[in-house]
Amino acid sequence: MTEQVIPTKKMPPGLQVENVDDRIMTLNVGPQHPGSGHMRIIVKIDGDYIVDADPDPGYVHRGEEKMAESRNYITNIPHLERPVIHDSCNILYPYVLGVEDLVGIEVPERAKYVRVIAAELNRCIYIQYWLAIYGIFLGHSTMFMWPAGDRELLIDLMEKITGARVTHAYFIPGGVRNDVPANFEDVCLRQVNYFEKRIKEYADIFYDNPILKARTEDTGVLSREDAIRLGTTGSVLRASGVDYDLRIKEPYDVYDELDVHTNVLKSGDSYARSKIPWLDMLESCNIIRQALEKMPKSGSIRTKLKPNPKGREDEVYRRVESGRGSAGCHIISRGKPEPYRLKLSVSSFRNLIALPYLLKGEKLGNMPAVYWSLNYWPVEADR
Amino acid sequence: MSVIAPKFRLGYFLKGIFDNAFWILTIVTLAGIPAIQIVLFYLELPVIDGELLTAFLAFTWLFNPTMQVPLIKALIYSDLFRIVAFPGFGFAALIAAGTIFVERKMLAKLQLRVGPFYCGKVEGILQLAGDGLKLISKEIIIPAKADKPLFWAAPVLFVGTAAAFVALIPVAPGGWVVADLDVGLLAVFAVIGFFPIITILSAWSANSKFPFIGGIRALHQMVSFEIPLILSLLGVVILTGTLNLSEIVESQSSFPWIIFMPIGAIVFFTTMLAELERIPFDLPEAESEIVAGWLTEFSGMMYGLVQLGSYLKLYAFAALFVIIFLGGWTGPVFWPPLETEIITEGIPIPNYAGDPILTVNAPGLPLLDQDPNEWVLQQQGELQYTSGQLLVSGVIWFVLKTVGVIFFILLPRGVFPRIRLDMLLHIGWYKLIGLSFVNIFIALGLVYAGVIGPGGIL
Repeated sequence: MTEQVIPTKKMPPGLQVENVDDRIMTLNVGPQHPGSGHMRIIVKIDGDYIVDADPDPGYVHRGEEKMAESRNYITNIPHLERPVIHDSCNILYPYVLGVEDLVGIEVPERAKYVRVIAAELNRCIYIQYWLAIYGIFLGHSTMFMWPAGDRELLIDLMEKITGARVTHAYFIPGGVRNDVPANFEDVCLRQVNYFEKRIKEYADIFYDNPILKARTEDTGVLSREDAIRLGTTGSVLRASGVDYDLRIKEPYDVYDELDVHTNVLKSGDSYARSKIPWLDMLESCNIIRQALEKMPKSGSIRTKLKPNPKGREDEVYRRVESGRGSAGCHIISRGKPEPYRLKLSVSSFRNLIALPYLLKGEKLGNMPAVYWSLNYWPVEADR
Repeated sequence: MSVIAPKFRLGYFLKGIFDNAFWILTIVTLAGIPAIQIVLFYLELPVIDGELLTAFLAFTWLFNPTMQVPLIKALIYSDLFRIVAFPGFGFAALIAAGTIFVERKMLAKLQLRVGPFYCGKVEGILQLAGDGLKLISKEIIIPAKADKPLFWAAPVLFVGTAAAFVALIPVAPGGWVVADLDVGLLAVFAVIGFFPIITILSAWSANSKFPFIGGIRALHQMVSFEIPLILSLLGVVILTGTLNLSEIVESQSSFPWIIFMPIGAIVFFTTMLAELERIPFDLPEAESEIVAGWLTEFSGMMYGLVQLGSYLKLYAFAALFVIIFLGGWTGPVFWPPLETEIITEGIPIPNYAGDPILTVNAPGLPLLDQDPNEWVLQQQGELQYTSGQLLVSGVIWFVLKTVGVIFFILLPRGVFPRIRLDMLLHIGWYKLIGLSFVNIFIALGLVYAGVIGPGGIL
């Protein structure tokens, strides 16, 4: 079927010769495609079957890591949350933890609880946005509107806490930027309870829908071994049956004092991968309620930092469980106010690695379901 | 995006009004009046007071009260009116416009949002007009390597075929249908068979990858669902023994066929959703997979025409479901028989055989109940309802049932995700064809058991 094309001239280094086959059609899914996000997947199809898929991220590369080298530890905060503005607390969390290690300051107890609450609220906000897009990718417009509408509840709550709707810049080394409002516990508990009631209704219209089950079950199956071998994290890993949650395995801040359960499904298909984040949201509601109960009612929320703090000469790597998986931050300090090198290790890129393996041999109609079930955020992968 | 409203200036405001008035007057004078005259030349005009009316005096009679009523009545019974306005294109387009409005608002309520709100002040009723104006004013872009004649022809052909489908639908008793064919159902099948051809033509002529995949998907879907569609309607044909749609409706005067063939109705409804490319089966336009499918390269009013055609098709399919399974226009007549009232003064109607002086004025039905012969028969007890009464109540029942079916066609859009091509083909070839054969056997069983048909109990 495929004929090897022999180049007549000597090829320049780096160029590849592509075999041309009349049966194979190459589709550029993205970057201007309603089903791609800010990236491109070069899909080769034979009839309705995908023979090859090549994800091509990099359209929204911002150079966050290079930018971080010329700013000090405080001014790095607002721009490091830009890769995932919907999950801005969680993507900033490892950086803040790392800087606290380097500078060597303790965080007050109340600030730790506020951080956990904000991080869990942000996880729910991110997952609602992700779920809305998953719904519209499968042609389910109600599942687009409902999460996008219910997300507003938590966004209002985060606005009350931080003053910003999406880009909070709330976590700083030494605590949080400002204290929560006076009646915060009551408002938060009420809104989270209502939110939990709402998201339980998603099962009726989406997760128990027979067409959705028939469509996404047994598609894009990632086995347990492959999930570990390809280095996937977060919901993708847990959907394949690996019980791995950094909130339990490497508890940071006060997660070891809270009763955190993790959700694991065995099947590893698109359906399981899409259901794990929804179960995570329900678990987040539990964590928020516990944290509200155990939170000290008064106290400091921030340890004072020196202006322009200098880190000690060392390197640290801290990671947290973000909405998509483990988000890590590696900081190398040379004793200056700026980091010498800062590396963001994000889960989106790790999960994207699995995409070509999952899409090979699938039908074209399964592409959006498999692609978006990887819990992938294109901007985060590009940094 | 924020738009700063320009400061109000009286001069610009007056200039706007005068400009509008100038253009309206110019266009009406140069285009509107000649158009009305040309239309009137092709109408069969009545003779009033022994005077044959001509189109040259059109505006004279339109303002003469003694001539208005017979003139409008002549217009209503002309072929042009049937094609353009009532059982044909205009009626269908009106229902299609209502469908789009209801779809938007209903889906918005289902999804906990507001929907169109500002355009037209009241719940966004003019949103569709705004969208239409926007589509008309947009540039039509044609791909550089497209096959231009075919690409241009496709939207027009699509609307034309949908209008041909609408023309076969009988709306009210007494032959209120554009084309009353004895093989009406066969003609419907023939017209439905055109849609995949138009789809693949437009997809192929666009010379682009995503339309091509969409066109191939549409071809798969429509061809494999046409077989169960045709088979599911054969049960009714066996029971009634006719292909004429009006006669199929008249055979359901005591009960609708859905009572005996619920399986056929379910199969037909499912195939209908697939033929209309509505949501569980909207694979040819699957947004997240193939951009907009075979509609990807259409821009401006070409896209608008395809949308118009697809909503006309939606009305026609819903009406076909009503005609075949729900009894069409049959239902209780709303108006009671008229009371005795003989009026000797009024507009004489010379076209009828009865007393030309006798005129009947029915309240609310000035145009339809003026047939003296029918009225006399009704007074003598030989005719239960006049044709005007039957027409009005028939149309009301027909519209009510059609709107109900359209509602159930729209509903899955908010409830179901899209299915996959192999699942679709599996449903079409294995399940629906089997079910439609079951339906045919039920119909044959009913005929042989002597329940329905010649010499049957019912």
